[in-house]
Amino acid sequence: MDKGLQSEGKMIDVQQMIERNKNKKSFGERIEKIIPFFLLLCAAVSVLTTVGILFTLLRESIGFFSNVSLIDFYTGTSWSPWSGEYGVAPLIGGTLLITLIATLVAVPLGLMSAIFLSEYANDKVRRVIKPVLEVLAGIPTVVYGYFALTFITPMFQAFIPDLGIFNALSGGFVVGIMIIPMVASLSEDAMNSVPNALREGAYGLGATKLEVVFKVVLPAALSGIIASIVLAISRAIGETMIVTIAAGATPNLTFNPTESIQTMTAFIVQAATGDTTFGSTIYYSLYAVGMTLFVFTLVMNLIAQYISRKFREEY
Amino acid sequence: MLGQNEQNIKKRMEGRVAFNKILMVLFGMATAVGLVFLVLLFYRVLTQGIGYLSLDYIMNFPAPYPEKAGIYAGLIGSVFLMIIVAIFSVIIGVATAIYLEEYAAKNKFTDFIRVNIQNLAGVPSIVFGLLGLTFFVYMFNFGYTLIAGGLTMALLILPVIVVAAQEAVRSVPAEIKEASYGMGASKWQTIARVILPAAIPGILTGAIIALSRAIGETAPLIIVGAATAIYTLPDSLLAKYTVMPIQIYNWTGRPQEEWQYVAGAGIIVLLAVLLLMNSIAVLIRNKYQRRL
Amino acid sequence: MNKVMEEKTNKNVNQGTKKPEVKKEGIKKENANSIIEVNDLNLWYGSDQALYEVSMDVPEKQVTAIIGPSGCGKSTFLKTLNRMVEMVPIVKTSGSIKYRDQEIFSSKYKEEYLRTKVGMVFQKPNPFPKSVYDNVAYGPRIHGIKKKEILDQIVEKSLKGAAIWDELKDRLHENAYGLSGGQQQRVCIARALAVEPDVILMDEPTSALDPISTAKVEELVQELKEKYSIIIVTHNMQQAARISDKTAFFLNGELIEFADTDDLFQNPHDKRTEDYITGRFG
Repeated sequence: MDKGLQSEGKMIDVQQMIERNKNKKSFGERIEKIIPFFLLLCAAVSVLTTVGILFTLLRESIGFFSNVSLIDFYTGTSWSPWSGEYGVAPLIGGTLLITLIATLVAVPLGLMSAIFLSEYANDKVRRVIKPVLEVLAGIPTVVYGYFALTFITPMFQAFIPDLGIFNALSGGFVVGIMIIPMVASLSEDAMNSVPNALREGAYGLGATKLEVVFKVVLPAALSGIIASIVLAISRAIGETMIVTIAAGATPNLTFNPTESIQTMTAFIVQAATGDTTFGSTIYYSLYAVGMTLFVFTLVMNLIAQYISRKFREEY
Repeated sequence: MLGQNEQNIKKRMEGRVAFNKILMVLFGMATAVGLVFLVLLFYRVLTQGIGYLSLDYIMNFPAPYPEKAGIYAGLIGSVFLMIIVAIFSVIIGVATAIYLEEYAAKNKFTDFIRVNIQNLAGVPSIVFGLLGLTFFVYMFNFGYTLIAGGLTMALLILPVIVVAAQEAVRSVPAEIKEASYGMGASKWQTIARVILPAAIPGILTGAIIALSRAIGETAPLIIVGAATAIYTLPDSLLAKYTVMPIQIYNWTGRPQEEWQYVAGAGIIVLLAVLLLMNSIAVLIRNKYQRRL
Repeated sequence: MNKVMEEKTNKNVNQGTKKPEVKKEGIKKENANSIIEVNDLNLWYGSDQALYEVSMDVPEKQVTAIIGPSGCGKSTFLKTLNRMVEMVPIVKTSGSIKYRDQEIFSSKYKEEYLRTKVGMVFQKPNPFPKSVYDNVAYGPRIHGIKKKEILDQIVEKSLKGAAIWDELKDRLHENAYGLSGGQQQRVCIARALAVEPDVILMDEPTSALDPISTAKVEELVQELKEKYSIIIVTHNMQQAARISDKTAFFLNGELIEFADTDDLFQNPHDKRTEDYITGRFG
């Protein structure tokens, strides 16, 4: 092909060059065949991760249940692994207590924020506040834990004098603050996608904004709102660091939020940081608890997906 | 009669309007609560930590005395860990996204992969820690090392990266793909020379945001055994390591008040790193948004 | 002379029940210089048939216009000629298309190779988000030409061929997205020229352009036919009349009439063609 360049006036023949390169293309063709296979392999990693999680949890749980009976595990009311008591109820109770407190904080605040942003705030305000609110979701949980322990608890202690340093209230409250943006953001999206024509219909009848919100927007966006709440609850169930730092390490079947409790996640952290020997019953109990936790969050996520798929509003 | 009726309506109307106003204020205040706590949190961390923050603090290893303790091992450990996480999660995540968007046939298996990724994103991070403990720490026998932590975290953020990369790949206009095929380009040539270059800003933004989630994660790393006190930097993939959140957690748990200031200083460093990463993501997004 | 296509009696030809006698009814020009020969082409999107028994010989180094109301299958037909239509996975075809006597549907015939011979310019200007230079050099590069001196020559020659070299010679390394729509479309033409194809397919190339840019592209088409065979789909009958040598009229997936442009517009043989060009529908 250099010849074509040297002799002036003689134009280069691109098609001829392509023709010549075509024979070299077998390498390219081989790549073309290998690439999809490589990509599929990578896509399989996520499937393998799921399989790995299920395998891990199941196998080690089975190891655990060969030492502790399934019935004792799920019906026992005392969790004291270092003295051989494996009734998981206090851990589940702790998790539920934290989740309940968090939900009580996050759902009203998140929903009201969503209504404010979607229906009352103008575009400018929304464009500033929404991302700032979402910063709350990006703060590392260990930072929240620190905040709960060193600020929220002392603050609450001013009102509730006999509140311990470790208590479910501060932990649950801060988990609630953390999941506000999940509720607010996703609900706001759902409300925003309610078409204006529906609102205008109600305004045309003389309704106030508030009446439009409650009679038109909220019912129309209901499935999106519920899905956002369920997802936020699932997040609260799996939250680890805040409750480990602030809510204590006392497996305690109580619904008194001022007491120190222990959640499933906090137990896993405690057992993993302690001197847990590989293969011991406590080691296996990590996985039995992990399995229970996994099932809780999986069910929540499936419910959320089901709601948003089944009741997707079509406008 | 009629006049009375009208007056009633008017009266009720006034009530309705006033109620609307009251609730509007309530909604606004509810929105403010979240923001107030955000401000409180930053204020608290800054006032607690700023006194202990210094160059020495950034350059020191952990120490038994609050005045001498530093975040150096955690900072460098976090950086090393993020490099490992980025390499694995971005390569696998982008490849998965390309497979799903460009190659995968529309069948049950593809749907299964999609749903699976969606569900993985909802699994609590601590469960990933258990996965890492079984596979990377014990089964692969990596022990409590950098590579075990890195792989665990890579799997944790993989779903986030896949979803971001999918969106980026999907947003490449069909017209320019057509142009490439119309020139006789093969599928892979089109992906490598047209789709990926056009999708890279979106992929990078998503990857940085996912990594900034990973850099603040604590729980899974506790499970796969990141060290709490370490006096050397990791010198290989199989070295012991620590990261900033683990250091912060460790200091927060100590009873003496001084340690909380040390933890506060650590949080300032961690948040600064997060702020830096997010700023880069925003910059990339703004720079390339006008195109396509 | 041109012949008129007889009205098809069997409109709903099903795949597999193709009747061989229909074959002869296709319009053929007894011209040895046809570059693409289409015979009995049927095309389905899933179960919807989009093209019915299309037969047509495309002449070499002339401009062939394809007109018809929207949805008549003219774009589908065009995209079949370089097999771009197969990018929709549910597409099925039957019949034959020969490019220089080679069957393009043959499994041995690589579509990538076909597309270096049969280039395409699209409805909306679609440059890559790359520099002008990289846009034009794209084709040669993917087909293995890497030497910079050669690429420089190709880029210059192609841009000259698309009559845009003078405007852009100092802006070769600017992003093509910064150009005007008309310039973008001519860069896209230059990009198609860079691999020196035989045939250039144009799918309503001026529909997204302003009148001045349109005039420039039309002028360019006239120049290009010296070296290339051009098939242009247009919804604009005046444009077809202005720039083409031959015109094909499609309606509901059928080729109704194919004749010299002057003939077709002045003396249409089919009632439907006449109705369409006189503006009675469409």
